[in-house]
Amino acid sequence: MPGLEDLYREIILDHYRTPRNRGTLETPPAQMAEGHNPLCGDEIQVYALVVDGLIDEIRIAGQGCSISQSSASMMSQAVKGKPIAEARRFIRAFKGMMSLPDEDGSVIEPGGVSLGDLEALQGVVKFPVRIKCATLAWNTLASCLDHT
Amino acid sequence: MSAGFDAAQVRADFPILGRQLGGRRLVYLDSANSSQKPRQVIDAMSRFMEHSYAPINRSAYQLAVESTDAFEGARSAVRRFINARRDHEVIFTKNATEALNVVIQSWGRANLHRGDAVVLTQMEHHANIVPWHMLVAELGIELRWVPLTDDGQLDLSDLDRLLDGAKMFAFTAMSNVLGTINPVRRLCDAAHRAGALALVDGCQFVPHHPTDVQALDADFLAFSSHKLCGPSGIGVLWGREELLDAMPPFLGGGNMIADVRIDGFTTAPLPAKFEAGTPPITEAVGLHAAIAYLECLGMAEIRRHEMHMTEQALTQLTDRFGDDITIHGPTNVEVRGATLSFAFRGVHPHDLSQVLDERNVCIRAGHHCAKPLMRVLGAAATARASFYIYNDESDIDALGGALEGAADLFAF
Repeated sequence: MPGLEDLYREIILDHYRTPRNRGTLETPPAQMAEGHNPLCGDEIQVYALVVDGLIDEIRIAGQGCSISQSSASMMSQAVKGKPIAEARRFIRAFKGMMSLPDEDGSVIEPGGVSLGDLEALQGVVKFPVRIKCATLAWNTLASCLDHT
Repeated sequence: MSAGFDAAQVRADFPILGRQLGGRRLVYLDSANSSQKPRQVIDAMSRFMEHSYAPINRSAYQLAVESTDAFEGARSAVRRFINARRDHEVIFTKNATEALNVVIQSWGRANLHRGDAVVLTQMEHHANIVPWHMLVAELGIELRWVPLTDDGQLDLSDLDRLLDGAKMFAFTAMSNVLGTINPVRRLCDAAHRAGALALVDGCQFVPHHPTDVQALDADFLAFSSHKLCGPSGIGVLWGREELLDAMPPFLGGGNMIADVRIDGFTTAPLPAKFEAGTPPITEAVGLHAAIAYLECLGMAEIRRHEMHMTEQALTQLTDRFGDDITIHGPTNVEVRGATLSFAFRGVHPHDLSQVLDERNVCIRAGHHCAKPLMRVLGAAATARASFYIYNDESDIDALGGALEGAADLFAF
């Protein structure tokens, strides 16, 4: 049985305690998408202000467990200031780390993208119920970027 | 310990509760979600499948006769268990959700029209909300909601006005989140005074209390087998004969017909009219064994044991954690069952249940399929510990100890 230390790494708890990029942005000009985890009722809103193809500002609102909140916080740091195409590569790489298939059902091979601190969330894979928590913000970001 | 009730002895009847995970025993506190099964139920189902299983109602051979007798024997056992008048008022469904849907969709479509009002409460499970929402979309009916008091009971101060002109009052006998036990007889009386029918969701109530549909004066009662030590895959709808007789069928197919022609069909009499297709036969045998098991313990004894457990859990958790724990619902154990939803030190329920799982303490975390209620509570989710016949004070201790572990991990 995997231990809690595989799940609750210090960096995860740090982002949970002091989430980065919390708040909202005015829409428009920013885009907003909302995500739900129907299993637990968690809700998240991702705001992104895209300027010249770059994610100029990103904010996260809503509430959830330590895994969903820390994942959202680390995600916001990772994609802020990045081109949309790169953010999409991050989304794809993160889903791959969560052992989730690509949109066409194929296996996502690792490589090409360094997820940095986000790799602390790798332990979530050992707790299948929590994968939905970790990916909530990422799916919501993807749908937010689809609006742009 | 309540006199005459030995939870440790009960626990010995449940093979799964003897299982060790990582060298620790299981502390199963999720019976409001689904209960565990005693050896008596498991054996009855195995014996039936090894010895007597056959399709029912269709064949002349000895085995089919035995199987049909076993299935109908289960129906009689349910009838006695809830003190219904007639066996054929007991309809087997696949679960309580389907039982509620039979009433809401069959009775509802035949009897409700645009503008008609149905009264629900803010503490309903989605199974007693969503099918009504479907009728709102389909027929344009109006839903009215009985609000809650601050301590999680129904606020009945305006009930007669809410019921005025309503056709149906559909409510839970016990909240699956708050543990609140509602005054079912009083609510049925109020419905009838207003000319409405009373549909009672008994999922959380029937496994824990003596139930007498005649004394409650209900019109319909829905409950599941899997919460009362029986198998999943079977639920019960009880309804007054004249109401069920007047309702159109719900699912169409085999078994529910008297005749089928090129140009139409006629329905079979009760209960077959509402039991299309092959029913859950082995599951009915398991439900029968579960009812026999609970009756052997005594439903009144079970209720006393759970009142004692509720009192102990409320006292011990509050003494131990003070303001760090907020337990929702009434504090008076006369009006609540042994289902405790709580918030703990701001730790998200999902994280709490994960940390508790490290010590094999099984609780539910989430919205408990009661999102309108969660909005009233101002929470997206709660943690919920629920106690049953196989739980005793050692389980309350285990819960408290595991909560301390969570407090250490999330101390900020």
